[in-house]
Amino acid sequence: MVLRRRAATLHGIALLAAAAPLAELGLRLAGGLVFEPVEAITQRTGQGALWLLTASLACTPAYTLFGARWAIPLRRTLGLAAFAYASFHLLSVVGLDFGFDAALILTDGMAERPFIVIGLSAYLLLAPLAVTSTRGWMRRLGKRWKVLHRAVYAAICLVLVHFTWAVKPGLFETWPWVLLIGALLVARVPSVRRSISALRHRRRSVPDEPIDPARPRSGGEAPGES
Amino acid sequence: MSPLPTIPSSEITPKSVYQARPRGSGAFSRRRFLAALGAAAGASGLGACRGVTGGAQITPVRPDGTAIMPMAQAATDELGDPLTSFRAITSYNNFYEFSTRKEPVAELAQDFTTSPWQVEVGGLVANPGMYDLDDLRSGFDIEERIYRLRCVEAWSMVIPWSGFPLAALLAKAEPLGDARFVRFESVLRPDEMPGQRSGGFAWPYVEGLRLDEAMNDLVILATGLYGEDLLPQSGAPIRLVVPWKYGFKSIKSIVKIDLVEAMPMSLWMDSAPSEYGFFANVNPEVDHPRWSQATERRIEGGLQRRPTLMFNGYSEQVAELYADLDLEEWF
Repeated sequence: MVLRRRAATLHGIALLAAAAPLAELGLRLAGGLVFEPVEAITQRTGQGALWLLTASLACTPAYTLFGARWAIPLRRTLGLAAFAYASFHLLSVVGLDFGFDAALILTDGMAERPFIVIGLSAYLLLAPLAVTSTRGWMRRLGKRWKVLHRAVYAAICLVLVHFTWAVKPGLFETWPWVLLIGALLVARVPSVRRSISALRHRRRSVPDEPIDPARPRSGGEAPGES
Repeated sequence: MSPLPTIPSSEITPKSVYQARPRGSGAFSRRRFLAALGAAAGASGLGACRGVTGGAQITPVRPDGTAIMPMAQAATDELGDPLTSFRAITSYNNFYEFSTRKEPVAELAQDFTTSPWQVEVGGLVANPGMYDLDDLRSGFDIEERIYRLRCVEAWSMVIPWSGFPLAALLAKAEPLGDARFVRFESVLRPDEMPGQRSGGFAWPYVEGLRLDEAMNDLVILATGLYGEDLLPQSGAPIRLVVPWKYGFKSIKSIVKIDLVEAMPMSLWMDSAPSEYGFFANVNPEVDHPRWSQATERRIEGGLQRRPTLMFNGYSEQVAELYADLDLEEWF
């Protein structure tokens, strides 16, 4: 009961945080503070997708390195929210920027702006992950589920290439993201993970969390490694 | 040759008319779009905050608090497209000396010191000089020019500038025989320009024109827009306007104008030579390496893209300057 309530609260907070970029955009549009709506919508939804996908990728290291068990169920919530933003982003490019004009998308879009192709590839990689994020699919795919969901690493790398390519050279907007995401990926390398958690255990010999007798240690979702 | 027909005062549009004019047209006008979004925000409960963030200024004010009364002599450019509003022109600014983002520029620039201001004219001239801004304002006939501004990022505005032809100042300086280019330099003032404190660009901003381009009657040094002195975010107190070139050529807050023999290296040529050339003529047929230049989106002109015009619609006045030039090679 306690566990369920805590999980619900955490999901609520995560969803509120996920909605913040959209809310901010909506308020700016409604307030007449946006002069290039297409640009603003495209950029904000793209950034939202990047923030949330990064947050989703941070959940596993939060658990494996710092024992934050509560972060594990948030992976799916944040990942799906990231996919929702990526969908809005794609829709704003295809619909608002190109007016659903297929010919224009192919000539002016894909051919002229290779970063669009990269972004689209990332989206196509994420789509099956969103579809198979349910428990039913997890069961059906078994061990293959984990392998499939490793595609998120390729997707986030494509997202970084897409973002870096889309901004003007000379701007260093993307390097903090490259560093952060690089760190999140490196933290998954087994030897790195082991040495970091060994370091932590040597420094503090107390357990990660106080033992709560009302809470089963091995309950809820099984924390994966991906 | 004059780009702007003289407008009799009987045709001057009263302010009440152009300020009240709805902008955009068709099903996708920005206003309708925003209204729809506003309704959506209201329906989802976000509307409660609208009064707070919707601080749209009705009457724009100067930093000293006095009211700005934007006045232009016409409501459209010569192609019949409406002027971009004063608010949009002074709120959506590419001015990397303050910020690489457009919306924060106006606030970051509001305390920028524009007086006293001097412009040094030198280099290969018979008559070099240091001009106070007031001397420039009183020494030349200030006229209004309604020009399209096409940014290299594929958005555009229609702006009623006030200024005087650069040719008039250059004539006074008397370029020497071997002067072939004009080099312009912006102010370097990192204590007032936060963008100049961060790395990435070789400040100060530098731009250049070939001498025959600079002498073209379309080129002005602007000191105002909508009949008001330039605000800092628009490049106060004096800036270049070259309407047939991408906006980044129209260098802001100028302190130095030199006549030189060799083609000047502009800041953008220096930092991204494959993306920004010296000429930077608006050309729908020569694409930017990362996007097409065939179309553009007009600020306040709805969501639809519009075709970009060769030389931004000023071919008649400038095409002959490039008769011998391969515009694909010299982008």
